[in-house]
Amino acid sequence: MAAPLTRKDFVTDQDVRWCPGCGDYSILSNVQKVMPELEVPKENIVFVSGIGCSSRFPYYMDTYGFHTIHGRAPAFATGIKTARPELSVWVVTGDGDGLSIGGNHLLHTLRRNVNLQILLFNNRVYGLTKGQYSPTSREGMRTKSSPQGAIDHPVDPLAFALGAGATFVARTIDVDAPHLQATLHRAHAHPGTAFVEILQNCPVYNDAEWAEVEDRKTRTQASLTLENGEPLVFGAAGNRRGVRIQDGVPSVVELRDGEDPVAAGVAVHDEAHVSPSFAFALASMQRPDFPVATGVLRAVEKPQYDQMLAEQMGEAADQVGTSGDLRALLHTGDTWTVE
Amino acid sequence: MTAKKPVEEIERVAIRFAGDSGDGMQVIGSKFTESTALAGNDLSTFPDFPAEIRAPAGSLAGVSGFQVHFASEDIRTPADAPDVLVALNPAALRANVEDVRPGGMVVINSDAFTTKNLERAGYTEDPLPALHERFKLVEVPITGLTREAVSDLKLSTREKDRCKNFFALGLMYWLYQRPIEPTERWLAGKFKGELFEANIRVLKAGIHFGDTTELFPVSFVVPKAKIQPGTYRNITGNTALAWGIVAAGVQLETPVFLGAYPITPASDVLHELARYKAFGVRTFQAEDEIAAISAAIGASYAGHLGVCTTSGPGFILKQEALGLAVMTELPLVVIDIQRAGPSTGLPTKTEQADLLAALYGRNSDSPVAVLAPATPGDCFHVVLEAFRLSVKHMTPVVVLSDGYLANSAEPWLIPDVDALPRDVIEKRTEPEGFLPYSRDPETLARPWAVPGTPGLEHRIGGIEKQEGTGNVSYLPENHGRMVALRSEKVARIAADIAPIEVNGDDRGDLLVVGWGGTHGAITSAVNESREAGQSVSSLHLRHLNPLPSNLGEVLSRFDQVLVAELNQGQLWRHLRAEYALPAELLSKVEGQPFKVGEIRSRIDELLAARRS
Ligand code: SF4
Repeated sequence: MAAPLTRKDFVTDQDVRWCPGCGDYSILSNVQKVMPELEVPKENIVFVSGIGCSSRFPYYMDTYGFHTIHGRAPAFATGIKTARPELSVWVVTGDGDGLSIGGNHLLHTLRRNVNLQILLFNNRVYGLTKGQYSPTSREGMRTKSSPQGAIDHPVDPLAFALGAGATFVARTIDVDAPHLQATLHRAHAHPGTAFVEILQNCPVYNDAEWAEVEDRKTRTQASLTLENGEPLVFGAAGNRRGVRIQDGVPSVVELRDGEDPVAAGVAVHDEAHVSPSFAFALASMQRPDFPVATGVLRAVEKPQYDQMLAEQMGEAADQVGTSGDLRALLHTGDTWTVE
Repeated sequence: MTAKKPVEEIERVAIRFAGDSGDGMQVIGSKFTESTALAGNDLSTFPDFPAEIRAPAGSLAGVSGFQVHFASEDIRTPADAPDVLVALNPAALRANVEDVRPGGMVVINSDAFTTKNLERAGYTEDPLPALHERFKLVEVPITGLTREAVSDLKLSTREKDRCKNFFALGLMYWLYQRPIEPTERWLAGKFKGELFEANIRVLKAGIHFGDTTELFPVSFVVPKAKIQPGTYRNITGNTALAWGIVAAGVQLETPVFLGAYPITPASDVLHELARYKAFGVRTFQAEDEIAAISAAIGASYAGHLGVCTTSGPGFILKQEALGLAVMTELPLVVIDIQRAGPSTGLPTKTEQADLLAALYGRNSDSPVAVLAPATPGDCFHVVLEAFRLSVKHMTPVVVLSDGYLANSAEPWLIPDVDALPRDVIEKRTEPEGFLPYSRDPETLARPWAVPGTPGLEHRIGGIEKQEGTGNVSYLPENHGRMVALRSEKVARIAADIAPIEVNGDDRGDLLVVGWGGTHGAITSAVNESREAGQSVSSLHLRHLNPLPSNLGEVLSRFDQVLVAELNQGQLWRHLRAEYALPAELLSKVEGQPFKVGEIRSRIDELLAARRS
């Protein structure tokens, strides 16, 4: 048995070319930390990306890596995983790559439930093309391409994923190492497409977009860390609040000291809720009226595309008849012989 | 079938079945083809149908046709002019009758020639009297006879009337003494109970009618063709393509992965391959054309044989991803079954206008190998070759089929599986000294190093590669070298291409050059001209990039070169650029294949101009 792998085994010799202070550094280092813990042979890990700052990710992971074209990474990954189900395939994308040019592929990959992990780094801006507003940018955001303020209504990545029928939907934060690592573990363990939005800071073009949830001092007030089976409570002692969800509509409930949140009507988190609208309500909670929900919003099981295809392949191979016999195939139907 | 009437022997005949697109013309056309193939004739077919699934009944737009040409001699085209037209309604007559050979036979369903139907077809007066003068016009009350044959069956009138195509088929079976057994077998597999009974009865009623009516005084027999011994089957280009893909997986001992999005006229290949999982063929019906090629490239990267089938508009959507396959130097086969364009164009009609898109359609210098099958059966061999080249040279290969090849059928000598080429693919496994962009000294191919191989973990992508290491490199000299290497790698495929051979004398007054699905028409035209004593030869390119290494020299041996193609001169431009050649162009862009006569008259013109 070779020595167990460590974080260092996943670091390449390539110079990392993100801007100083970019949230991607923290994400990279946490992913490198988690990889050996997954106990997947290194040669079976593949990172696939599209185009954008986040999509440089594979170059820095000492695994198999494929930096593809803009928006299409989920489709490449589907081909890889469908051909070789034994591989552990990770897609790294961003808000522009995944939700603008690549929205279609994201939708269909999620609906097929291909056994992949998709990490979407959401910095709410186009970084690599130097600062245009993205499909997740807030309305009114002033950028070079929206000098009077963006007039696009943004899309929430998790709400999008839920709408597409995603079976695993989670949100985490670039600088919250323990939470990020735990989320990656959960994503890897999930059978089917695991979709993880990582709130990521772009100090150059959209600094402090997520400051409230990134900063440890404000995080307890600004975010709600989901735990399955636990009430939706956030805030420090003395300022505890909870989230009630009624008819799919969330509202914030003030909690007195020592008050039982459930008795006060606060919802209890259920990752496998019968309706995705529960997770949808959590996904769409926005600052400043609501805390940002982090953790696993939804985790349910459904048959996976790659697995079902593998089963059909097996069934076909078992069928008698022209099973793999090229000569028999070429002679099917009517033939005639000329002497 | 016993023929009491006299039987005349003839060498060749072309029949066109025409009716509404809901009348089952494609069905009886292909049944007639199967039967004719089993009768041992050489044959060539041309299905021609509208893009609409059901255009308004009785309208000109809704006319669907199927031409089958069969002979006791070698033939290569569906024939310029049918000898017999079977028209099931006035619109079918109007759309087709001018194509019929003067003095040919026109069989109509007289029951369909109502005032209303004549109006729908745009006839202001009864066309039949005038046609009697020009053709052997035979008026058969097909609808009535069909109803009569099945009068006691418990079917609706609509169901009964739907059998009338088989009456027409039966009539032609009698007229040309075709065996009906293959059609009986097919009907038995297709229909049950009363519907089976109805169709078979109507088919036989058609035969019986021919045998007894005075409208047809003689029947004809076309003797078996003298063709190369062996076992034959009938095949369309699309089936041959699908089987070529299956064969590639078997012969290269590597699973096939097809990424495809439904598009006319390529969807049949997806349907066909979806049935062959037992051969290790995975089919992925993607969300769009881009996902289809992306998934196929992903599969190639993972060590499978990635392939896509598409048509013009889809091919264009794939170009960016194809560029990535060029950059990452992965094997991939992209099959474009060309159709008339631009844009949506004429989806069910043929054209050869994607050549320049295949050669030059990507951003920057982005070379791929380009191959084109010459006949329906050749699709099998070209696809197999495309995969072999793709893997050996680690490059994407584009195969340009077309709508004509896709749907046309010909008798196909079934290849001996043991004699098919078989390659052992060597994927890289040795970590020692591994560099993702090191090169085979002979072919310049880089190693195929697939995920799952310990010690070969590496990164590839669309950013320029450093020579050897494959690391990202922005260095100017490196970029120049890599662009040159990628071109040179594709150019070296020429070493694997047999020298081109000329049909006819290898020097002379005129050489007609073609590529792809025009092979039959060009060869027939040139052979006819040669028989008429003209100094003309033909040459057909199956390899468009790289071109065969002796091509320039072969072209130079002729006083004049004529490039004939179904576009505005794409190969013509390409050859003029490559060889500074003052070639002439015969261009046709009507969504229809060449007629032999069109090529012959251009040959005549050019040779006449020389003499004067
Ligand atoms: S532009 Fe923004 S997202 Fe891109 S590397 Fe720089 S900081 Fe990171």
